[in-house]
Amino acid sequence: MRKMRTQSAPWRAAAVLASVLLVGGVAACGNSDTGGGGSKDDGKITMGFSQVGAESGWRTANTTSIKEAAAAAGVELKFDDAQQKQENQIKAIRNYIQQKVDVIAFSPVVESGWDTVLKEAKDADIPVILTDRSVDSADKSLYKTFLGSDFVKEGRLAGEWLVEQKKTASGPVNIVELQGNTGAAPANDRKKGFAEAIAANPNLKVIASQPGDFTRAGGKQVMEQFLKANPKIDVLFAHNDDMGLGALEAITAAGKVPGKDITIITVDAVKDGMQALADGKFNFIAECSPLLGPQLMDLAKKVHAGEQVAPRIETEETTFTQAQAKEALPNRKY
Amino acid sequence: MNATMGRYRAVTGHRLFWPAAVLVVMLAANTIYRPGFLSIELKDGHLYGSPIDILRLSAPLILVALGMTLVISTGGIDLSVGSVCAISGAIACMYISKQSDQNSLVVVLTALAMALGVALVLGAWNGVLVAVIGIQPIIATLILMVAGRGLAQLITQGQIITINSEPFRAIGLGHLFTLPLAIFIALAAALLVAAFTRRTALGMIVESVGGNAEASRLAGIRSGRVIFLAYVLSAACAAIAGFMMTANVSSADGNAVGLWVELDAILAVVIGGTSLAGGRFFLSGTILGALIIQTLTTTVYAMDISPQTSLLFKAVVVIAVCLIQAPAFRARFARRRRSAPKPDTIADKPKEQVPA
Repeated sequence: MRKMRTQSAPWRAAAVLASVLLVGGVAACGNSDTGGGGSKDDGKITMGFSQVGAESGWRTANTTSIKEAAAAAGVELKFDDAQQKQENQIKAIRNYIQQKVDVIAFSPVVESGWDTVLKEAKDADIPVILTDRSVDSADKSLYKTFLGSDFVKEGRLAGEWLVEQKKTASGPVNIVELQGNTGAAPANDRKKGFAEAIAANPNLKVIASQPGDFTRAGGKQVMEQFLKANPKIDVLFAHNDDMGLGALEAITAAGKVPGKDITIITVDAVKDGMQALADGKFNFIAECSPLLGPQLMDLAKKVHAGEQVAPRIETEETTFTQAQAKEALPNRKY
Repeated sequence: MNATMGRYRAVTGHRLFWPAAVLVVMLAANTIYRPGFLSIELKDGHLYGSPIDILRLSAPLILVALGMTLVISTGGIDLSVGSVCAISGAIACMYISKQSDQNSLVVVLTALAMALGVALVLGAWNGVLVAVIGIQPIIATLILMVAGRGLAQLITQGQIITINSEPFRAIGLGHLFTLPLAIFIALAAALLVAAFTRRTALGMIVESVGGNAEASRLAGIRSGRVIFLAYVLSAACAAIAGFMMTANVSSADGNAVGLWVELDAILAVVIGGTSLAGGRFFLSGTILGALIIQTLTTTVYAMDISPQTSLLFKAVVVIAVCLIQAPAFRARFARRRRSAPKPDTIADKPKEQVPA
């Protein structure tokens, strides 16, 4: 224990207080619309929704979609931003239970540790809908349904398109893959779906596969080394648009033309990705749509009315080629 | 005979010998795996090849680690550098994205000045918490590490801000004399810090404060001011590194920019032989440490080591580097083979005090 200099206790206390206030102030910015008002039985559905955070453009679009759909469907929405923390989310859900909302929906920050709070919701007779991400609870009766993308399918759609494109290829087609964070569900599932689809043509071979952590910088750095280690790369499959966008720069710096010398397939279809597709730099995008608001509101009405719903519902999603991207781009919301 | 032995020992005993040896071994391993690894060619008037990539990509880490070296040598630690990278990058990109002419040099310089200014304020905040109020450095900087990410997100509104500005891009990807500009920026920063600390008494004063702040104060050194300055400098270095990281991909991502760079920087400092207990620092060692870390990352991609094993691979190499460059470990190892020569460096002379 070394002291820089002797200091008085009140000073230190004041500093700690100030720091705590600063942290609290920043954290509080996302927390809105949680307080106030219990549910009145006026026939209007009240929904408590706890969002993961605002970590990406995708997530912000997801939030906007839910808010807009709630307003359109006449659902009273209580929205909470969990700032990537499970304890915030559990707190928000307990809050909703206390306020006796009609339906609780949330995108779990992590997969495990939800049993207790979900049981509390069940005991209070409030139906729960999971969106975008699932939980690993063994007791499936704890939630009504899981509405979200099928990541395996996204990978498969990407792979199937490639198989179709390379139908006539006589020689081997060298593919490099930029994975998401090691172990993350979207990364594992997209890799799996893609591998299943390209197994249809033995000429298609993944010659290198490394995680680019879903970021542009990651995608770029990995692609730079791929390009140097492998003289012949025909196809790049990136698990999201951002890694693909990072890889674009690496490919250009290597003196190759993205979209022509190297076919680029990605997943997500965020705005920058769609722009690259429309510009001919990407070749194909399998959509992972954040716009699940309308579907969520439909489901909320159904479970509130006591109707049975399927335990797994997929988000409505599509795929884009370059021509389709040009057409769709002006109307994209995110 | 004796003279040769003496010279041999002087070389292997140099504190930079073992880290440098590890770097050479890694490069050699890469070259064996892929003979073209070290080859450099001229493409569009720029040098192009893996060694150039390593230098360019390690530039931000070198910058962050330089600041970290000084902070650590005062007996502190700065965990907030990653957040400062994100904030400075976010401010610069946000400002540029709002302007009609993103390619204007004036716009870019204004953006850089604004972001650097905010970074200096953040560094001063850390400095005040540690030097004036006396909060333990790890806690004081942890505040900004956590809150700073939120701040960066707030600035970018949770979005990835993409810009299209050639002058800004140049910070990360520009070239000077066929070499990446980033290398020169890092080099200039290193020379500047070295000149100020090793050509003046400042370095000795910093080490003296790190050795014992109270004794230094009694000896007439304003310990508080020195510590304060170290944190401000660390934030400034982190800000410039943040510019490089965002310029590298022409976009600011509040979540990802500089994520975990504080850990890499601390590692680079430790590999370089600077004592975590403070009181001694080696700038050249830090730079070598940063190069080793980047080479390690590049090696994983170049050899396509599977993602599941790559973390283990990195850990093993890092442990090997740390052990091999610790005189105590080498001495024990040598004693087993023959009668031990005394460890001839005092770099890691144990200190009783450990900063809490």
